[in-house]
Amino acid sequence: MDIIVCVKQVPGTANVEVDPVTGVLKRDGHAGKLNPYDLFALEAAFRIRELSPEPEKVRIRTLSMGPGQAEASLLETVYMGADSAYLVSDRKFAGSDVQATSYTLSRAVMKTGPFDLIICGKQTTDGDTAQVGPELAEQLGIEHAANVTEAEPEEDGIRVTVNMDDVIMIQKMRYPCLITIDKDANTPRLPSYRRKLACGSGAVTVWTASDLDIDLKRCGLEGSPTRVEKIFPPESRCDREISEGSGDELAGELCSWLRERKFL
Amino acid sequence: MGIVVHNDRITPKEADALMKLCPFGAFSYEKGELSAGPACRMCRLCVKNGPPGAVTFEEEKTSGINKDLWRGIAVYAEYCSRGKNSGRVHPVSLELLGKARELASVTGHPVYALLIGSGTGDAAEQLLEYGADAVYVYDNKVFTDFIISPFAATFTDFIQKVKPSSILVGATSRGRSLAPKVAARVRAGLTADCTMLEMKENTDLVQIRPAFGGNIMARIVTPGTRPQFCTVRYKIFSAPEKQLPHGRIVMMDVTGDMLSGSTEIISILPKPEEIDISDAEVIVAVGRGLKSKDDIRLASDLAKALGAQLACTRPLVEAGWFDPRRQIGLSGRTVKPKLIITLGISGSVQFAAGMRNSDVIIAVNSDRNAPIFSVAHRGFVGDLYGIVPKLLEKAEEYRNV
Repeated sequence: MDIIVCVKQVPGTANVEVDPVTGVLKRDGHAGKLNPYDLFALEAAFRIRELSPEPEKVRIRTLSMGPGQAEASLLETVYMGADSAYLVSDRKFAGSDVQATSYTLSRAVMKTGPFDLIICGKQTTDGDTAQVGPELAEQLGIEHAANVTEAEPEEDGIRVTVNMDDVIMIQKMRYPCLITIDKDANTPRLPSYRRKLACGSGAVTVWTASDLDIDLKRCGLEGSPTRVEKIFPPESRCDREISEGSGDELAGELCSWLRERKFL
Repeated sequence: MGIVVHNDRITPKEADALMKLCPFGAFSYEKGELSAGPACRMCRLCVKNGPPGAVTFEEEKTSGINKDLWRGIAVYAEYCSRGKNSGRVHPVSLELLGKARELASVTGHPVYALLIGSGTGDAAEQLLEYGADAVYVYDNKVFTDFIISPFAATFTDFIQKVKPSSILVGATSRGRSLAPKVAARVRAGLTADCTMLEMKENTDLVQIRPAFGGNIMARIVTPGTRPQFCTVRYKIFSAPEKQLPHGRIVMMDVTGDMLSGSTEIISILPKPEEIDISDAEVIVAVGRGLKSKDDIRLASDLAKALGAQLACTRPLVEAGWFDPRRQIGLSGRTVKPKLIITLGISGSVQFAAGMRNSDVIIAVNSDRNAPIFSVAHRGFVGDLYGIVPKLLEKAEEYRNV
């Protein structure tokens, strides 16, 4: 059985600010980390392997698209237990929106060989869209379930517990399929120091656009239907009122405000 | 197309400046050649703020699609068969109908509702009361519960037959699964969790949402393709007033090829009664201004006095102080109470996106320059430890009078 876990390297900090005067985007440091939601996807893959009748026959590979630095995050997945890792990285993929990203990932998935199950994190901390997983499934022509809290392998497919708004749904999905794992669905394991020592260089295979069977018109900015027209700091409210003073004064002011409006 | 670096116009010093300017570290400088790598997010700050002419953004040629062939603003009306909205359309769909009408007034387009469900009964008439010009109904037993393939095939059938220019989908668990599936199928642009929507006269939908995970908003458009898809969370917009229906109901054929799929539902379990802050009328929210876990007591006492629900920011959930269901923000819940009091919350865009549409926002924070004060209606600059205990005392006095 072959499982692919898609991961993303995200900025180490979420503190991006726009300087209101110069309009410059400020970001402290460029260090990236593995998207925290992906840890639950990886753990789900390892557990499926452990629950399988023949765990040694389950191969787990990880896949990411991003800049060269993302190799560090992929290495981490190998230290945790992935058998192999792949990075697709090319300037031609820059500016990809969900459509172009999921298309490019789908071509990379095919290049890594046959698969039974793809597992993604529910969303990333930098995009927060939760869209790439379901779009990737469609690009590959397979079914998906999002927000999965439990996944248990069965003979010819997988039994998943899906967290919907009002109900919990238990579904049987046939391979090949894709699932996205809900936050806190499991307790992710830490990278193994022993695996780290055993892992030589070249654990991550890096592909560029020319390594993939891909239509470049569907990649990067050109393949992206959406465009960011402008980025800007959020507007301030103009009808606001701000009070300063001692704790006692402010408490008094707040108290009478709440009383007048019958909140107290 | 994209970012073009004109190396003949760049001195090493300027190259260095450009590298520092890029928030994503996408530039590399080797052998006198500056180039933008795969980390480039096309934010174009290098074009705007770099040395003039050093970096340019090459636009693509306008695509050949005829936007006039795509007409109407469609809202996916999510029909619920279970849970608290059982037997009716999810309220987020009604909110979106109201927004769709506003957007349509710019272009003169009709407003459509797409209703997919089983035994939808008078739900279509209800959608007419909320202002739809036409409701397209696909009713079949298969649609009792959400399975991806039949819903995606049916949604696609609607798009192919009706050709709406814009499609608004509620960002419920169903919407967040269905919209990307269908958008990928028809190769449409999709923007998640929009917090504001505007319409251009040329029918381009302007989608505004917090971006890059931080304190910044992005205006996103889909200039060259149709349809244009977006999702919006519950309680971002307000439901319109009911009106006299004027629209029509169109019953659509559900054909066998739309119903196939390989996923089977084994069982459906009710969800245990959950903490739900999204329907609270009054909320007291705390953030990192809280110094220790024990101090949550201050906030919960205030919440009790106000009959409010207690909520928090992402860091407090990460610290393990709160149940994740109490988190407000883009990665938590969206709330729209009559009153929210934030205590010691600086107000990242991530957080503000989840509460900025509340009727009244009161912020207590010791930092005069915290962004929360540009979101709040009433700001109190001061230490929550100085204000809240006094407020509780005064509230207690008032109660005893």
